[in-house]
Amino acid sequence: MTPETPTKRQITVPMMADLAARDEAPEILFWVGCAGAFDDRYKRVTRAFVRILDHVGVKYAVLGLEESCTGDPAKRAGNEFLFQMQAMQNITTLNGYNIKKIVTACPHCFNTIKNEYPALGGNYEVIHHSTYLQQLINDGKVAVEGGESFKGRRITFHDSCYLGRANGIYEAPREVLAALDADLVEMKRSRANGLCCGAGGAQMWKEPEPGKKDINVERAEEALATLSGRAEALDNLRGVETERAAPGPHGLQGSIIAVACPFCMTMMADGVKNKEKENEVQVFDLAELIASAEGINA
Amino acid sequence: MLQSILFLLLLIAAFGLFAWQVRKIRANVLVGRDRDMSGHPAERLRKVILVAFGQQKMFKRLTPALLHLVVYVGFLVINIEVVEIIIDGLFHTHRVLSFLGPVYDALMAVNEILGALVIIAVAAFWWRRNRKPPVQRFTGVELRMWPKLDANVILYIEVALMVALFFMNTSDLKLHQMEGVELPGAFPISSLLVGLLPDNVTVLHTLERLGWWLHIIGILLFLNYLPSSKHFHIIISFPNVWFSRLTPLGQFSNVDSITHEVKAMMDPSYEVPAPVTNPDGTAVAPTSFGAKDVEDLPWTSLLNAYSCTECGRCTSVCPANLTGKLLSPRKIIMDTRDRMEEKYNSPLIFHPNVYGEEAKHEPITDLANATLLRGKVTPEELWACTTCNACVESCPVNINPLESIVEMRRFLVLEESAAPNSLNVMFSNIENNGAPWAFSPSDRFNWADELFVAEKASVA
Repeated sequence: MTPETPTKRQITVPMMADLAARDEAPEILFWVGCAGAFDDRYKRVTRAFVRILDHVGVKYAVLGLEESCTGDPAKRAGNEFLFQMQAMQNITTLNGYNIKKIVTACPHCFNTIKNEYPALGGNYEVIHHSTYLQQLINDGKVAVEGGESFKGRRITFHDSCYLGRANGIYEAPREVLAALDADLVEMKRSRANGLCCGAGGAQMWKEPEPGKKDINVERAEEALATLSGRAEALDNLRGVETERAAPGPHGLQGSIIAVACPFCMTMMADGVKNKEKENEVQVFDLAELIASAEGINA
Repeated sequence: MLQSILFLLLLIAAFGLFAWQVRKIRANVLVGRDRDMSGHPAERLRKVILVAFGQQKMFKRLTPALLHLVVYVGFLVINIEVVEIIIDGLFHTHRVLSFLGPVYDALMAVNEILGALVIIAVAAFWWRRNRKPPVQRFTGVELRMWPKLDANVILYIEVALMVALFFMNTSDLKLHQMEGVELPGAFPISSLLVGLLPDNVTVLHTLERLGWWLHIIGILLFLNYLPSSKHFHIIISFPNVWFSRLTPLGQFSNVDSITHEVKAMMDPSYEVPAPVTNPDGTAVAPTSFGAKDVEDLPWTSLLNAYSCTECGRCTSVCPANLTGKLLSPRKIIMDTRDRMEEKYNSPLIFHPNVYGEEAKHEPITDLANATLLRGKVTPEELWACTTCNACVESCPVNINPLESIVEMRRFLVLEESAAPNSLNVMFSNIENNGAPWAFSPSDRFNWADELFVAEKASVA
């Protein structure tokens, strides 16, 4: 048997305007989001997700320069006027292309388009990339093999508020991670009891109010204690009075905090840095992990 | 006969006073803005059965859930005996339900066991609140003064009611034993206590009547205490759960008046609906964007305030509060109730929280004109919220503190332009660049440059 020859191919990301000009309709519109388009760290997630879309051969498109902020941070901050201006502008664009199905890697964009655009005339099937990846894996379109092996590596998933509590999506990201055959450990505060990373509600763009600690540090401490199996470190955590952590202790080296949200990504990575563990623990998005495991990075 | 008439008058007075207090509270709730909560009766009923009757969300924390369950079931079952007491009082009968035979035996036995368990549970509740230090969530700037006293008063009343019940049963039992007559019903606890009472028929008779009257008077007093107390939740949490929002927690309310404005801006031919008019034809004064005071909040948020048991589960899971910020979701709900009663109607006992240094408040000199926003809730509290919905998720009776927080943020931003400066920068970035960061919109598609994928062509 000849070993697989890695060849790489450049992806030309299909633009919605070009498809429309050819009178074609995509199966899904990939909503990139501002973080996915501008934030250097999250651009890597966008690129990983596009590799997956390309790899499975789904007919997709992006809006490119026609995309604009969904208005989520404006709405959470109380600026309803700015939110609706943004929403209507985007709805005009999306309806102009007769978009039916949207996939996005940002839980904030997901929540806003799915739940808040209908009242303003935007009705679409909106899917978060965690659900989409789960479907691809379940349908066998992504085999989760041929690339980096995550077997036995410790991974803990940090629930994004706007995916979890806000929209009840707890299992899809966990099923995606389960496909990696890794050693999944749950934080004490997970699923409906998950602790916010501290960035929601427009906190991403402001300094926190005076307090004892930053929220992302509190959450990073929990993630690190969970990954290292130091249950006693978790006993001081407040907010939940049940469930215990996985037994330990373990070394942290090679452990992963998995996220499914650009803001969680920033906050968790900063929190890990604050605890000076960035050389041992990495923060990855689901799409990056799947793209690596599938061996399609180039 | 005289006793029956006295009893009837007492009942009328107690229920009349209660109705008068409830009307005040109803009026308070109705000062809130309209919000259509009709429809979906099956789903609402399901929620009432699971969350309110079934205590589903209480069981996120096992110990308090079990303690609360004892008191809750005790309340429900012992109230059957209250029905008997009322009938006996009105018609001068004695233990009128005893015709139920074995069912009555079981009922009395269950009552007594529950009564004893209630005393134990209440003692545990008291310990959780009054030990040093207490359970963390029973502390905080909002839980001083009246709310702190109120929580203990409720526990004392509950014990007093149970003691009166046992007094009544034990003396009645002993009285019958001494007269050689069998008392209908089974009394597993009281039968252990008969030895404690004197062997004097007259005294026993007096004690039995005393226990009977103390129990029913205690209940009627408690009924009229409820509207002043967090214990009002035993009634209001049911309608509050019925009127829960059924939309995903992430869906924030739409401001329709702004929708009309934005549509008119984008499309000059859009016809804004005619403004609502008063019955006499004059235009209704436009309402502010967002909430400055209680009447600017939707009525459901005001109903929330009357359902709050001040348990603090919301605050104990709030990421801002956990990390030492000023925000406490419970405080916002309690402040809303205080402010309603300060500005509109108040029940019999009314001691609103007044904040000072400990809540970073300027001393308030003009209480009547100090609105909910700034008078009680400071912008620092509001801006600390991450809108994570942990408070909403944790509330055992489906209170939504987040909605009130966002309404007040809307007022700060849209009416006062009083957002923190960094948020104003974010707003102008969105306006100018279509992104919350200061990136050039023309760079939006740069992420797709030089993007390669590994081809997994299996070479034969």
